Amino acid sequence: MSFDHSGLRAQFPILNAGPGPLHYLDNGASAQTPQAVLDAVLAYETTARANAHRGVHRLAEAATDAYEGARAEVARFLNTPVDEIVFAGGCTAAINLVAHSFGATLKPGDRVLVSELEHHSNIVPWQMLRDRAGIELDALPVTEDGRIDLGALPRLLTERTKLVALAHVSNVTGAALDVPEVAAAARAVGARVLLDGAQRAPHGPLDLPALGVDFYVFAGHKAYGPNGIGVLWARAELLEAMPPFLGGGSMIGRVTLARTTWAPPPRRFEAGTPPIGPAVGLGAACHWMASLDWSAVASHEMSLVQRLLDGLGEVPGARIFGPAGLQRRYPVVSFLLDGVHPHDVAQTLDGFGVAVRAGHHCAQPLMERFDLDGTTRASLAPYNDASDIDALLKGVAHAVRTLR
Amino acid sequence: MTDQLYHERIVALAKARTGDGRLTAPERTAQRDNPLCGDRISLDLTLDAAGRIAALGHKVRGCLLCQASASVLSAVAVGRDADGVAALRADAEAALAGQGGGAYEAFAPVAAHKSRHECVLLPLQALTDAIVSRQ
Repeated sequence: MSFDHSGLRAQFPILNAGPGPLHYLDNGASAQTPQAVLDAVLAYETTARANAHRGVHRLAEAATDAYEGARAEVARFLNTPVDEIVFAGGCTAAINLVAHSFGATLKPGDRVLVSELEHHSNIVPWQMLRDRAGIELDALPVTEDGRIDLGALPRLLTERTKLVALAHVSNVTGAALDVPEVAAAARAVGARVLLDGAQRAPHGPLDLPALGVDFYVFAGHKAYGPNGIGVLWARAELLEAMPPFLGGGSMIGRVTLARTTWAPPPRRFEAGTPPIGPAVGLGAACHWMASLDWSAVASHEMSLVQRLLDGLGEVPGARIFGPAGLQRRYPVVSFLLDGVHPHDVAQTLDGFGVAVRAGHHCAQPLMERFDLDGTTRASLAPYNDASDIDALLKGVAHAVRTLR
Repeated sequence: MTDQLYHERIVALAKARTGDGRLTAPERTAQRDNPLCGDRISLDLTLDAAGRIAALGHKVRGCLLCQASASVLSAVAVGRDADGVAALRADAEAALAGQGGGAYEAFAPVAAHKSRHECVLLPLQALTDAIVSRQ
């Protein structure tokens, strides 16, 4: 396979929709969608729209096929059995599902270990579980270069720890977790591992069984798919042992007024009419991602990260918040400009057609740890190119000139 | 468009940091956060016998618009009671609606940027909290 960058970029209609150039570097918040995904959703909505797993008519069969076909695409992308894929409303919903359903198997005094750099979606559900179930919550510290400090594992990972829930890739610093080290340490004390893959899944297929973790979650809209869909993967024996989260149609075996039995996974965790169209779109997005040569894509993305790091290195008063180099990182780069607030940087960049995110990135404990108001974040996707980075650097220079 | 937002007067207001610094013996204190962006203002007041603002101090951790708004507020708040603060807030809201704005007229270009309205209003929300609180 090869990497035809201009051909790939042309697959994203919004990038050329105007008005003016769009330098979209906010992929960590929400990535753009290729034509293949739009086509798949439109095809479903115009030829197969019905409720899944309910009717016997032609459209109902087509909708069920489309929905289950999407599940199979996701399973191929993650290299997992198809019945271990649960569709949820998003990444946040998937973590909440684990916090409720796996959380229901925990006892007061059991511990969950997160880190200081987690997205709020991987902190708040565990705090809510703590408050309702009496578990205890610990947090791994973060190093000065924005990585989870695994040196603290021996101190914080104990035999009372039942779950280690960490970001596979930081949504603020782009640092990648050393998964084998975490998985081995957790296994040694009998703890399960959940990875928040929101920032990792958009950068190529995964082999989850080989990662040695137990739960994996990611969001469709950050992985070139639609909004309103996310994925939970969990090992079959874990799903089988977990009670349902939401109750309603589809997730049942049999309902009487006296009691209800549960459907087997994954349907046990998919109460109500599922988001069929978004699931179909996510399946198409996984298929699209799997068609790329990720070695070439990663090389391209990292060359852009280097261009960005080099360019910011020449701006007086600019500082990278996160890893300074290309090792064990993904193309998410946070930076600070002395004397200019991140929101004002982002607003100025918008005037240059550059879309970035600024603020706390739903990681307020990390901001507090480093006494930051926020950061400006550029997060890249395969369709980005050098012109996007150069436009950002031009806007940064303008912000320094006019606002400092 | 961005240069219209960050025009000379608004940048000067932010850099002036009028009223920056906490009061040593405040009678009223309020803190407001913008949960979307993390901006925060802590604001202190002392009042005269008639319940009007005698002194105001603040600490802003926020963007240029929030700083500029806090400067405007600090320049015109002394001598106002709760009704006077409400009138000031009405001025700010008018500016953000593109309809004049009195002391907040400089913020008229923010009207086109809805996501930044809260940046301007945050200091006024803190001031309102402080003056109506009973501490």
